[in-house]
Amino acid sequence: MDKTPLTLAARVLLYLILVIAAFAFITPVYVMVVNSLKPLDEIRNGNLLALPMAWTVEPWLQAWSKAQIGVQATGLKPYFINSFLLVIPAVVLSTLIGALNGYILTQFKFKFADTLFAAMLFSVFIPFQIVLIPMAKTLGFLGLAGTVKGLIFVNVVYGIGFTTLFFRNYYAAFPNELVRSARMDGAGFFGVLHKILLPNSAPIIVVTVIWQFTNIWNEFLFGASFSDYTSFPMTVALNNLVSSSTGVKEYNVHFAGAFIAAIPTLVVYLVSGKYFVRGLMAGSVKG
Amino acid sequence: MSSLDLVNIQKSFGPVQILHDVSIALKDGEFLVLVGPSGCGKSTLMNIIAGLEEPTGGQLLLDSKDITQVAPAARDISMVFQSYALYPNMTVAKNIEFPLEMRKVEKSARAARVQSVAKLLQIEHLLERKPRQLSGGQRQRVAIGRALAREPKLYLFDEPLSNLDAQLRLDMRTEIKKLHQRLKSTIVYVTHDQIEAMTLATRIAVMKGGVVQQLGTPHEVYNRPANTFVAGFMGSPRMNLAKAQVVDVAGALSLEFQTGNGKKITLPLSEQFAFLKRYLGQEVIAGIRPEAINLPTSNLEHKDLQRPFVAKIEVIEPTGADTQVILNFGGHEFTATLAPDLALSVGPETSFTVDLTKLVCFDAKTELLIA
Repeated sequence: MDKTPLTLAARVLLYLILVIAAFAFITPVYVMVVNSLKPLDEIRNGNLLALPMAWTVEPWLQAWSKAQIGVQATGLKPYFINSFLLVIPAVVLSTLIGALNGYILTQFKFKFADTLFAAMLFSVFIPFQIVLIPMAKTLGFLGLAGTVKGLIFVNVVYGIGFTTLFFRNYYAAFPNELVRSARMDGAGFFGVLHKILLPNSAPIIVVTVIWQFTNIWNEFLFGASFSDYTSFPMTVALNNLVSSSTGVKEYNVHFAGAFIAAIPTLVVYLVSGKYFVRGLMAGSVKG
Repeated sequence: MSSLDLVNIQKSFGPVQILHDVSIALKDGEFLVLVGPSGCGKSTLMNIIAGLEEPTGGQLLLDSKDITQVAPAARDISMVFQSYALYPNMTVAKNIEFPLEMRKVEKSARAARVQSVAKLLQIEHLLERKPRQLSGGQRQRVAIGRALAREPKLYLFDEPLSNLDAQLRLDMRTEIKKLHQRLKSTIVYVTHDQIEAMTLATRIAVMKGGVVQQLGTPHEVYNRPANTFVAGFMGSPRMNLAKAQVVDVAGALSLEFQTGNGKKITLPLSEQFAFLKRYLGQEVIAGIRPEAINLPTSNLEHKDLQRPFVAKIEVIEPTGADTQVILNFGGHEFTATLAPDLALSVGPETSFTVDLTKLVCFDAKTELLIA
């Protein structure tokens, strides 16, 4: 290809825009990290963008185990654990239910299968706020209000629409003869799912797990509405840390806390990000 | 090994009837080929035998036991699929073992069975590979191996060779035939390829529009086709079909073909065709196989049953093994299969003979064989 001055200029402009965009995205992360490693005085007196003069990890220790959350000085640690206790079962359950739904909706030709799927898809578009009151009633009825179990229940129910969508579209493109063959070979209802479908679903499982993990980890409204101080997830605790009205605003601790809250999703994305993009594409093209 | 009886099987999807009253009785060790054009219902029939689809009416008996309502897994039938349907997450060994594992066969027995099947099909060196690392022919063998593993009462093959290239298809066809001869198993095989049907079957069911047109040995189906559809479908090149009048020429029953330009081709018939008397003065459809047309040489078989005629050669197609000649038989294009390396030329009128022993006649209206 000939490089005319015009294409060269376009190229330069393109890179310029990309570099600016990259800076725009990285700056908040930089600000968070830099300021979480400074004493509070430096933040008050100085430049937010400057590197620390006196490096310290004290804000991180504070945020992790000493800071005042609500009424107790426990740090974020117990809530970080709460979030894991919430996220892991919720992700596993919603993924398995999604796989089961996808299997039933695609491999068994029953009446209204498409209608049922359309109805489940609808749940994807329901805003969180609408389900708050009915969900509060349900949790009260089940005796799960204010517990981590209750939050697991809420997030699983809310996630089923998404996970069903993912698996249903993946299994719709799954070779029918494999399932028929397995049935003739003697695999039962769960045998087919367990031995044939799930082992061949790696891409869509990765997509679903990342999607559900990120959403449930970052979820705030359900956490704020349906938990108490023993069962707060990370997001709610972080909010309590940052917005506590008493005492001095310890920005360096807030930055450290926010970063701690972001680490798990960051790790999940870095580890399996390429599967995520690939899986999303595969699902969308085949589905 | 065992017998299979299909009794008045019917299948419809809503108002569309796919299978009309199909009844076939299969004895132990038979190799039945269901053959027909796409959409004739052969695959549906196979799925019904497998239990993957339910018939709307009729009964299925395996070893005289009613299996119409039995689940596919409990039927003791295994199937080789068109796409092979190998489980991509399992090795070849695991694939072959899978039906045994599902049937809770003991582990050491499973391993022994996998070994013996792999030896039979010569795939021992492939056992640790995944299906995606295999060629088409190897996948086919593994699929057959998986079907063999649990020694079922009945094997189903659903167009197993259609995904292979031409040379491999011939080889695998021979393999399957050998396998049948060795195992003496009962097999139902679906194909749209009439040559596969002829070579493999002990009996052929030719299907069209959900109706079995003819059920018989390859010899019967080829030489005594039940109607003009079977006549045209089985055999390559196709059987030549032309309308002819049954006439009496000086006391001899004859077939008279109109050529359009006022001339006629008349073939005097032999005693064997006495049954055509009731068609005297009426039209019938005459069917003549390409190999029933010969050049009038001195060393032809049953000489007194050869009838001469004259026709123009339009096209000569040498295939190496023989020569296909398209001739103008009274306005119809007839194909003749002749010996290779003949000194023939396109254009002039040439003398041929028809072998009456290979002539069949069909009713002009019902298109059924007259016998």
